[in-house]
Amino acid sequence: MLTALLVMAGLALVIGAALGWASIRFKVDADPLVDQIDAILPQTQCGQCGYPGCRPYAKAIADGEADINQCPPGGEEGIRHLADLLGREFKPLDETHGIEKPKSVAVIDEDLCIGCTLCIQACPVDAIVGAAKQMHTVVDPLCTGCELCVAPCPVDCIYMEPLPETVENWKWRYPVFKLEQTS
Amino acid sequence: MIGKLFGFNGGVKPRTHKDDSAREPIARAPMPARLIVPLRHNTRAIARPIVEIGQHVLKGERIGGAEGVLGTACHAPTSGTVVEIAEHTMPHPSGLPTLCVYIEPDGEDRWTELKPLDYASCGCGDRQAVLDFLRDSGIVGMGGAAFPSHIKVGTKRVAHTLVLNGAECEPWITSDDRLMRERADSILRGAHILSELLGAQRILVGIEDNKPEAIAAMREAAASLPNAEVVVVPTLYPAGGEKQLIRVLTGIEIPHGKLGTEFGVQCFNVGTAEAVHRAFDLGEPLLSRVVTLTGNVERPRNWEVLIGTPIEDLLELAGPRDDTDRYILGGPMMGFAAPDLSVPVVKGTNCVIAGSQALFPYPPPEQPCIRCGACAEVCPADLQPFELYWYARSKNFGKAQEYHLFDCIECGCCAYVCPSNIPLVDYYRFAKSEIWAREREHDAADAARERFEFRNYRQEREKAEKAARLAAKAAETKAKLAAKGDAEAEPAKPDDDPKKALIAAALARAKAQKESVAPKNTDELPPEVQAEIAEIDERRKPLTSEEGARQPVAEPSAEEAGEAAAHARDEDTKKALITAAIERAQEQKAEQAERERDDK
Repeated sequence: MLTALLVMAGLALVIGAALGWASIRFKVDADPLVDQIDAILPQTQCGQCGYPGCRPYAKAIADGEADINQCPPGGEEGIRHLADLLGREFKPLDETHGIEKPKSVAVIDEDLCIGCTLCIQACPVDAIVGAAKQMHTVVDPLCTGCELCVAPCPVDCIYMEPLPETVENWKWRYPVFKLEQTS
Repeated sequence: MIGKLFGFNGGVKPRTHKDDSAREPIARAPMPARLIVPLRHNTRAIARPIVEIGQHVLKGERIGGAEGVLGTACHAPTSGTVVEIAEHTMPHPSGLPTLCVYIEPDGEDRWTELKPLDYASCGCGDRQAVLDFLRDSGIVGMGGAAFPSHIKVGTKRVAHTLVLNGAECEPWITSDDRLMRERADSILRGAHILSELLGAQRILVGIEDNKPEAIAAMREAAASLPNAEVVVVPTLYPAGGEKQLIRVLTGIEIPHGKLGTEFGVQCFNVGTAEAVHRAFDLGEPLLSRVVTLTGNVERPRNWEVLIGTPIEDLLELAGPRDDTDRYILGGPMMGFAAPDLSVPVVKGTNCVIAGSQALFPYPPPEQPCIRCGACAEVCPADLQPFELYWYARSKNFGKAQEYHLFDCIECGCCAYVCPSNIPLVDYYRFAKSEIWAREREHDAADAARERFEFRNYRQEREKAEKAARLAAKAAETKAKLAAKGDAEAEPAKPDDDPKKALIAAALARAKAQKESVAPKNTDELPPEVQAEIAEIDERRKPLTSEEGARQPVAEPSAEEAGEAAAHARDEDTKKALITAAIERAQEQKAEQAERERDDK
C-alpha cells in the first residue's frame, strides 16, 4: 500500500517536474496563429482594416477583436484563406473598409513634385526616394499600392496606376468554351 | 555502344504531314522591308537596347546587351538603320507587346567584323570567357523554348553524355529534318564543340525513324567523330521531349523536379548545335533560323529566315489558300495561334502552319469527364491527367501540385485522346500560371513585410537617437546654467574653467547690453509707485529662481498669485518633461544597446 502510494507520488513529482521544465524550455513566445494569419495578409500595410499594419490586424483577428473581412487588398481570396485557416464561415468583404481594386502602384508626377518629403514619411515600405526640396520618385517594384502617400501630398501630384499586364506577369485564362450564336 | 532502346509510357501517333514541306531544300527568304527584332527571347531571357534611333548597324552587330541572369544578346540580322525602338506584339500566346528594335535594311547586307573564338585556346581556366561568348552570340535553344545555352553549358555539374535532339516529333514541322539533311557536318561540328565544353565523353543523336534521309546524312557526318552515334528512335509523339528522349536513348528516368544535367546528360537541339558551330568557328552570331511554312498553303517549304522578319512577309512565299482562318506558330500539338500577322520570327519559331477548318476543325464542345483514363494511358510524363484536370478546374492548386502538375510538359497527348474533348492542357497552363503568380505575390508580400519591419525599427532608432541628442543638449544647457551661477557667485575664479568664464563673460556682456538698450519705464515715477514696484519685485524674486518656484508665496494678491502659480506650473511641467525625456532616452538607449548585443 505504502509502496504504491510512494510510487504514484514519485511518478507525479517526476512528471510534474518534466512538464514544468518543458513549459519553460519550449515556451512559445509569439502566438503562432498570428504568424499564420500574417502570412495570408497581403502586407500592403495600408491600414484600411483600421489597424496600423498587417501584423496588428493579424493579432486582432487572432484575439477575436477584428473580423476576417476587413482587408480590401487581400480581397475575396484572402478572406477565403483566412476562413479556411480559422475554420470560420466565409463572409463578403466589409465595404466600409474599402473595395477590392486591381493591383496598382503609386506614380509621382515629377513635374509637380515640390520635394516636401511628406509622402516619404507616409510610405510604410520605404518605396519612395527623394530629399527635401528634391524631386521624389516611387521605386515601382517595392510599391505595395497602399495609397498612403496619396493623401499627404500637398500638391496632389501622386496618383495610382494599375499595373500593366506584361509578358512576365501574364496568366493563362481559365478555359471557357465560346458559345456561338446560331440564329 | 547502345545495346537496346528504352521506351517511355504513353505517347500518341498523329498523322505527321511531314512530306509536304520536306521535299524542297531550304531556301533563303527574301529580305523584308523592315525587321522587328524583339529584345526578348522568352519570358525571362531579355536584353536591353544598346543602339540609338537613327544609328546605322552592320549585319551581326550587337543591338541588345544581355540583361539579368538569363539575359542573352540580340544582333542586327542585316545591315541597315535603326528606325525605331518601341513595343511590338510578341510571338507569345499572350499577344502582349515587348520592346523591339526596328531595322530598315540598306540592302547591302554588310557584315560587321567577325570574331571567331577558339574555345580550345581558352582552356578550362577561362570557362567564363566561353560562356560570355555564347551569351553575346545570342545562342538560345532552337527547339522552341529559347532557353539560353550559356546557362545550360555553364552548369557546374559534369555531363558525360550530350544528347542531340533531332527527333522532331511534332507533326508538320520539318525544319530540323531539312537542316540535318543539308548541314549535317555543321551540326556535328557544333555538337563536338558542345561536348568539349561540357566535358561529355559521348554524343548521342536521336532521330525519329520517319526521316531516313536525315539519318543517312547524319550517320555519314558522324563517321568522322569517334564518340558520336546516331540512334534511330521510333516515331512516337512526344519522343522529342527532353526527358522522353533522354529516357529512350540512355534509359535514365529523370525523377520529379530534377533536370537531365543532374544525371550527367545534357540535351541540345540540332539547330542549336549548328548555331554553336557558326558562332565559334565563323564568328557569326545567331541571326537566322530555318522555319517551316506549311499547312493550308500552296507552296509548303522550309526557309532560312532572318530573326525579326514579320510572318506576314513569309506568308507571301507560301501562298496561303483562301479558306485559311488562323496561323499557328510552332506545331499543332504545342503551338499557339499567332496573335497577329505582324509578329516577327524569333529564335524559337520553328514552324508557321496555316490552319483551316478542314485541317484543324474547331474542337466540339467540352463534355464532362467520364473518367475513362485514356489520358493517363498516353501521358508521357507518367502523370494522372484527369486528377490534375479536376484540381485545376476547381482551382485547388495545392492538390494539383501534389499530383506533380509541374512535371507536365504540356505535350497535349491527353487532350488529343480525350473522348470528351476537354482542353486539358489549357487547364494545366491556367493552373501553372496561377501558381506562379501566387508565388510572385507571396515573395512580394514577404519583401514588403521585411521592409515594413525595418522601417519601424528605423523609426524607433531615429526617435531614440533624437531623444539622446536632446538629452545631451539639455545636459549641456544645465552645465551652462550652473556655470553662470558659478560665475555670478565667484567672478574672481575665472581660471579654473576658461570656457565657463568665457560664457559667463559673454552672458554678462549680453545682460549689460540688454540693460543699456531696454528703456526703463519705471525711472520717472513718483516714489510711492516705485516703492510698490520694488515690493512686487521683491515678491517676484524667489519665483524666478527654480528653488523659489516651489516655495509658497506669502499672501500674494489674487492676480499675482495666479500669475505666479502659472509660472510655477510651467516651470514644473517643463522640468518634468525634460526629466521624462532624459529617462526615456536612456531607457531606449539601453534597449537598443541590448538589441545590438542580441543581434551580435
